[in-house]
Amino acid sequence: MVKKVKLRIAFLLTLVLSLILSVYLILKSLEKDVVFFLSPTDIKNLEEIGTKKIRVGGMVKNKSISINTDKINFIVTDFKNEINVSYSGSVPNLFSENKGVVAEGFLQDKNYFRAVKILAKHDENYMPPEVKESLGEK
Amino acid sequence: MFNFFNLGKVFEVTSRSIKYVFILFIIVLTIGLTEALFLSPEDYKQSHSVRIMYVHVPAAWIALGIFSMMTFLSVGTFVFKNKKFFLISKSLAPSGFIFNIIALVTGSIWGKPTWGTWWAWDARITSMLILALFYFMYLLSWRIIENKNSVIKISSLIVIIGAINIPIIKFSVNWWNTLHQGPSLKIMSETTIHSSMLIPLGIMTAAFALFSLLIFLMKFNTEVIRIKNKGLDRL
Repeated sequence: MVKKVKLRIAFLLTLVLSLILSVYLILKSLEKDVVFFLSPTDIKNLEEIGTKKIRVGGMVKNKSISINTDKINFIVTDFKNEINVSYSGSVPNLFSENKGVVAEGFLQDKNYFRAVKILAKHDENYMPPEVKESLGEK
Repeated sequence: MFNFFNLGKVFEVTSRSIKYVFILFIIVLTIGLTEALFLSPEDYKQSHSVRIMYVHVPAAWIALGIFSMMTFLSVGTFVFKNKKFFLISKSLAPSGFIFNIIALVTGSIWGKPTWGTWWAWDARITSMLILALFYFMYLLSWRIIENKNSVIKISSLIVIIGAINIPIIKFSVNWWNTLHQGPSLKIMSETTIHSSMLIPLGIMTAAFALFSLLIFLMKFNTEVIRIKNKGLDRL
């Protein structure tokens, strides 16, 4: 009886261990596909500029949004590197300066990204407007 | 072990407690919904859509919590051949599955106005979908496998294999760039949800936990009645 229990524990441990290893290997080898977007630093470190659709994410740099006729240009930064993004179309309500953004589109060169879709990224801060104002005053 | 006397006693408690749990659930849900929908402030950035969070986050927590509980019960079932654990695990699964679906659907409804998309294949959302699939597989296994001994073993194994996904869900937002935001409640540092929003979140979590308990009790009683009718040796 006790021996059977030990065998079953050994079986479970082997099963779980082998699964963890295989899941780890799969996720590790697919890392660049598991991440939802690349940061401007990742872009800078790219070896080659592909023609595939990719996503770039980071913060919209302060005072970088400029709108002319049908194009909207802004800079995405991760506070180490930055990249220029241009886009034409409607943006989500939460898209604004100093907020997170994910742009989907095509990399033209390492400094210029042509977006075909803009997603706003929300951060983990939740507070009423009054609290935000008093935080801003400080 | 698992004798009639014992089960009868358990049944006596579980069948009686249902109405009290139900009353408590209604009270807590009423308070929670009033807090979440009317009394709590709107968010500085997403304004009223923050209210979806009071359903989304508790639902996701409960879905993860129930699966974690099922994991321990399944290890007990598989390794030590405990004859009560699988009954508890089987009765827990439906509400976990329901809350998993609720978390996915409300997340989608929140994502459209906030992110600008209904769905994104990011690590958090995809791993949560995988959890729902494991719940579904578990529930299906009880339907399709006729042999009592094999269904107990196979369903426990499904949960144990699926449990590997739990830490992936938890840490997906830290390990990879995701569209989904990072955790607001952290053990090591200060929470980034204002207290006026944290209170309704807590009450709604309590309400959902009570609802899970209610469904669990109902399901558990049904299982016990089924065993009683069939006769114990059939178990």
